Parts: sequence; structure tokens; C-alpha cells
Amino acid sequence: MSATELNGNGHCQSVSVDDEPTAGVVGTTGATAALCALAPVGLLAELTHRCPLQCAYCSNPLELERVNKELSTETWVSVMRQAGEMGILQVHLSGGEPTARKDLEDIVTAASAAGLYTNLITAAVTLNRGRLEDLVKRGLDHVQISFQDVDAENAERIGAYPGATAKKLDVARWVTELGLPLTVNAPIHRQNIHNVGRYIELAIKLGAQRLEVAHVQYYGWAYLNRAALIPTYDQTLQSIEFVERERERLKGVLTIDMVVPDYYAKRPKPCMGGWGKGFMNITPAGKVLPCHAAETIPGLHFDNVQDRTLLDIWLNSGAFNAFRGTEWMKEPCRSCAFKEIDFGGCRCQAMAITADARNTDPACALSPYHGEMVALARSEAAKPPTPFVYRNPRNSPAAKPEQRPLVPAE
Amino acid sequence: MNDAAPPARLIVGQETRPYLPPYLKLRHDAGRGRWVLLAPERILTPDQTAVAVLKLCDGKRIVEEIVEALAKEYSAPAEVIRTDVLDLLQGLADKGFIKG
Repeated sequence: MSATELNGNGHCQSVSVDDEPTAGVVGTTGATAALCALAPVGLLAELTHRCPLQCAYCSNPLELERVNKELSTETWVSVMRQAGEMGILQVHLSGGEPTARKDLEDIVTAASAAGLYTNLITAAVTLNRGRLEDLVKRGLDHVQISFQDVDAENAERIGAYPGATAKKLDVARWVTELGLPLTVNAPIHRQNIHNVGRYIELAIKLGAQRLEVAHVQYYGWAYLNRAALIPTYDQTLQSIEFVERERERLKGVLTIDMVVPDYYAKRPKPCMGGWGKGFMNITPAGKVLPCHAAETIPGLHFDNVQDRTLLDIWLNSGAFNAFRGTEWMKEPCRSCAFKEIDFGGCRCQAMAITADARNTDPACALSPYHGEMVALARSEAAKPPTPFVYRNPRNSPAAKPEQRPLVPAE
Repeated sequence: MNDAAPPARLIVGQETRPYLPPYLKLRHDAGRGRWVLLAPERILTPDQTAVAVLKLCDGKRIVEEIVEALAKEYSAPAEVIRTDVLDLLQGLADKGFIKG
């Protein structure tokens, strides 16, 4: 979720939320405390898949959860309490659009009471000031607002929601007026990558504390829409270098986190900081996943918070133990010096591209599929963008990406 | 590149009155017996020295008063502590974790 950084003299180490497991802030004793020491630090709660926007790079699965399958208020309240008790430190309330839940207030209250640092990740087109004020009173700590582009017309084409930009700007102003930190989320792809500089200006103008330059990651809807989204190698490199210069210039003014697209990388990203190591994700229907795309891996069983406790699932669920540590690895990961650093990259990407989740992430230059994957990305980026398959329930059942795995190099 | 004057980087000096912005939460991590500083999408694990400094960053004391208080508490020379405190606070300010 965010970069690992070291502070100057080593007195204060900033770790990413998905890095080092840590223990709870809520008082725990004895055996529970020992278990807490293994607990994740971050919880992504996808409260609903309902969303007013239809972005073609949505990180939700292709099969969107129906409203009648969503967890009850009581279950989410219990999840928040359990999360605090087991040592989770931060909760990210997301979706879909989390404000589509009428009981978001109760969930925020429960999260805050459990001692969790509570982050609302919103599209901000349906949030009014009164509701935001109420959420802040209930203990909301941070708001992240996505902007589909800085040009309103293009943004509203990408999100398929007319009038979105003005509403987002209003909510962003309210957030800072109410004294809350604001993160501007900038999902970057070939249709807005020319505006990275203007995103930085926007974030400063809005008084944001943080900007997330989030190059689209190609899973789910984004995988399906890759040819509409993937920038060229040169565009990608230029934008990364530009952000790195700006980050230095804006030290102490704006924190810029960058998620880079790994199709053009040499080393894979340490996905989720390691499978089942520091992070868990709960779907609208209560399934607990090691990452939001984990359901794309066949053969994994995901337990539900309605059946088992969160701590039990974290420690004992088959899905969490499937790729924990390094024992599951094949070559070239197994004998690699970086295996404890990048954990072989992303299991879901290995699955999507090579049809075997235990393979090295093809983003790694050591993967025999790497050359093929880069060639595919370059060739898609060189052609005109394909039309968007918008993320909505109507496209959901029909949206089946071509699951033809690539051929490894000889 | 910006029309309006952008917010400037805080340069921490002896006269700065540092404080933690309200969105940072310094909490004791009971299970592990350590402190954590919770920030947007970040978790920092300050060591004992950093915690001692952060607890004194109340927006009332200037850096020099923080240095004096720590020098007294730890019976250490103020020059050594001053360098350490300035380094620490500048590092945190550059990440947006300390205002003044």
C-alpha cells in the first residue's frame, strides 16, 4: 500500500502497513498477546461492491457481489472489535463505494472504539457535508478521494459519472476544513498519464497531506481492459522519474507515494508485503482474503467472518497458509537471494499470466514468461486504446478475460 | 509551476515550536510493549528516544526547551541531544509528520 521509508537518524522507522507485523493497541494479555504479535497491521474492509462510478480499472473482482449478500451491520461491528483485539492497527473502509452503506456511521464508530486508525476510501460523489461531519465526530481519521483525471471532462468519461469532479472538489475542501488529512488518489494509465504534474498541483491546491500516484495494476477489470489502459515504456519511465524529482522538491509539503506498473519492471513487487504476512481483506459478503484479487486463484478456500473469528481465519485458514513464507516456492524463487524480500512477487499475476499461482511472478526478469509479458505490454501500448469495458453489474457476468496463458521462453 | 505560493518546507531550528498534527496518533502498542505512530497509510515505530521527544512536541515548547528537558532527564550534554533532536524532527517534518 505504501512505500517503506527510513527516517534520517534511525530513531523513527516508517514501515508500510503491509510490512512488519505488529501487535495491538487494545490491551491484551497472555496467550492472546502472543497471537497478536503475529497479527496483520492493515485490514481492507470492502463494505460493498455498489459504486456510482464505473472505472474500467476497478480492483473489485469481475463477479461483483450483490447487495443482498452484504454483511449485516452487527457483523461489521463485530469485525472491527475483533480487529482491534487481535492487534490490527489500521482499517481501510473501501468498496465499491463505502458511503453506499447507510450504516457506515456505525462501522466507523465501532472501528474507532476498537482503537483502529480509520481510513475512508471514497469516490466522494455521493457524500454531503453533514454526513462527513458526523463521520469525523465518530472518529474517522483520514479520507482518501480518487480523482479519475484532473480534466473534468476526461475524468467523467473514465468514471462514467457526469458532474463528478465538482462534487469531489467540494468533499476534498470539507475534509481539510474539518481538520482531517486528505489523500488524493490518482489512478494512472495511458489516458491520463500526461497529467501527473497537474495532479501534484491539484493535491497541493487542495491542501492534501498525501498524493498516491497509483499506476493501474492489471488485475480483474484492469486486466480485462489492459489494452485500453497500459502506457508505453517511455511514458511510464518518464512519469516515474518526474515524480521522483517532484517528491524531492516537495519534501515536507506533500507526501507522494507511487505504485509503479510492474509489466515494465525487472524485479517483482513484494505483493502485500508477503502473502498472509501483514494484511487481510474482507469482501462485502464476509470472505476473508489475503489480497483483494485472491479469488482469481482456483482451489483456494476462503473462510467467512460469519463462520469463524478473524484471528482463527488469520492463523489457520487454508487460503492464508497456501503461500505463507517461502516453502511453497518453485524455482527460480526457491534458491533466489531475494525470496525473503519480494516473496516471488504476486500470486494472482502469476496465475493470470502463467496459469500457475506457484510460478515466479512474470514481472520478475528471472521468470521465463517475463520477455513475453513485456512484449505483450509494449505491443498493446503501441496500438490505439481499445474501448472501455465499464465496471458495472451489467458487464459483470459477460466480462471474462481471455485466460490464455503465455508461452514461457525456451 | 503554482500560481499561489505553495506551503513551504518547515526547517526545524532551536526556536521552532514543533507539534504533531492532529491526524497523527502516538499510541502505546500493548501487545509488543512499544510505541507506534499511526499516520495516513503509514505506521511508524519510534524508538525510546523518539518517543521521549515526540511527547514533548506540544506546540508550546520550543526545540531548545525540549533539548533542555531531555538533557536534564537523561543527564546528557545538551549539544549531543540538540543534534539528535534537530535531526529527528527535520526528518519527521520532511515526511509531514511534524508541524511548527
